[in-house]
Amino acid sequence: MNVIEVTHLTKRYGARAAVDDVSFSVEEGEIFGILGPNGAGKTTTVESIVGLRTPDSGDIRVLGLDPRRDRERLRSLVGVQLQESQLPDRMTVGEALDLFAAFYGDPADPRRLLDDLGLAGQRGTAYRNLSGGQKQRLSIALALVGRPRIAVLDELSTGLDPQARRDTWDLIESIRERGVTVLLVTHLMEEAERLADRVAVIREGRIIALDTPAGVVSMVDPEQRLRFWPSTPIDDRVLTDLPEVRSVQHAGPTVVVTGTGNLIAAVTAVLARHEVIANDLRVDQASLDEAYLELTARPSTRLVKELS
Amino acid sequence: MKEMRALIAVEAKLLFRDPITWLAAIALPSAVLLIFGSLFKAEPDPALGGQRWIDLFVPSLLVITLGTLGIQTLPIRLATYREKGVLRRLSTTPAHPARLLAAQLVVYIVTALIALVLLVVVGHLVYAIPWPGNPLGFVVAFTLGLTALFSIGLLVAAIAPSNRAATAIAIPMFFAVMFLGGVYLPRTMLPETLQRIGDLTPPGVQGLQDAWLGSAPQLGPLVGLAVVTVVLGAIAVRAFRWE
Repeated sequence: MNVIEVTHLTKRYGARAAVDDVSFSVEEGEIFGILGPNGAGKTTTVESIVGLRTPDSGDIRVLGLDPRRDRERLRSLVGVQLQESQLPDRMTVGEALDLFAAFYGDPADPRRLLDDLGLAGQRGTAYRNLSGGQKQRLSIALALVGRPRIAVLDELSTGLDPQARRDTWDLIESIRERGVTVLLVTHLMEEAERLADRVAVIREGRIIALDTPAGVVSMVDPEQRLRFWPSTPIDDRVLTDLPEVRSVQHAGPTVVVTGTGNLIAAVTAVLARHEVIANDLRVDQASLDEAYLELTARPSTRLVKELS
Repeated sequence: MKEMRALIAVEAKLLFRDPITWLAAIALPSAVLLIFGSLFKAEPDPALGGQRWIDLFVPSLLVITLGTLGIQTLPIRLATYREKGVLRRLSTTPAHPARLLAAQLVVYIVTALIALVLLVVVGHLVYAIPWPGNPLGFVVAFTLGLTALFSIGLLVAAIAPSNRAATAIAIPMFFAVMFLGGVYLPRTMLPETLQRIGDLTPPGVQGLQDAWLGSAPQLGPLVGLAVVTVVLGAIAVRAFRWE
């Protein structure tokens, strides 16, 4: 079942289209990533979905409701963590959570939520004395305290150190395990690759790719790189004769093979045939990172592959 | 109801953690009364119709409270909330940010009442200042003065694009209201024109003074305060941006 359906969403600021004919749908229980560079229109898209902005054209359905007309009802069903929204300096963590819990008919237990988010020790800490990671986790807690069916998280790991970022990712996965659908906005490939079931890559207000993270990677068929240390010297031509191999280089005793397609299988097979053992074999798999850079750097071709 | 109670409780706690504000609003008027009362002898003065200056001073001191809360704390706090995205965040929850505004008004009105009671009791006990001669008239004048000042504060919050801008507008306004209300100089020492302007400037000190001394406050200034409340309040509500 689709819990979010966006069709032909367009939003202009002056002459510039911040979001230009964007369509996608999010299934119940999935983590859906919206990925793109800064200023690509990600935030405008999610702000339209949560009813903070009125689209110029197109249609949005969230749990079957219109985010503008049925905003009152949706507010209790969708938990939102916004970019750059803070709390009063002197409000404590416990007060903030109790306050937000009071807004909902059937809230989660604020204490348990703080435990789950690793903020139990900060209950009495004033907002201004929290670290960046703690503020971010509190913000996520506030988005979840109403037991929403959908959580919208905008740039949740911005400004976090690597450890806090990983903790936050674990947290997002645990949110999904509770059956909450997560709409994740990010400009970090690593984050999308780790968390998202599907991603929409947005550039200049348009969706340029819509697929699983692996699917997006395969769309650009990027180069792979193998490194190994052969047990006996091997003639380069054995490798360069393979259709998958593009080049062979030597770095001391290490051989570096670059190519595309099913490179690993082809190279390991030919080595086995020549009774060469590939010691310390490493594979530099193309990541979503590279795919993303390639996609967003390409001239404006459209590569949308809808998975319906 | 549950959320309104929670918002009021949190706003009250936040105000309590800001001692400069609540001391200025609650304790400063009484402190100024005690300081001036100990510096200058209070004797019946024929120039004041046989009243002591201290009997006339209480309504002016209330301007400190109303001005601090209505045209300083209220607009600056709201502008800060908007700038920090607090109002925007609230607008994604079932609580409308307007309820936060309502909670603030409740807290400030209660604070103003505490200051009023404290001042009247201190004045009565220490300087035998009589109780308000016309309590009903005093309550009406006080309420209208408060709503008029608060609607000015709301208008500042509505039009100020930032916390800094709100501060820049609110501070000189605050001093003007204090001056015209007779906080710095007794109103009887101000030029006639300034006194008349002060009659009409929120919170309408003359009406408070009349009611304090036992006569009914003049209708004209009261109507003026009501008009200020309704007109500025309506403009503020229309112009208010939550983000």
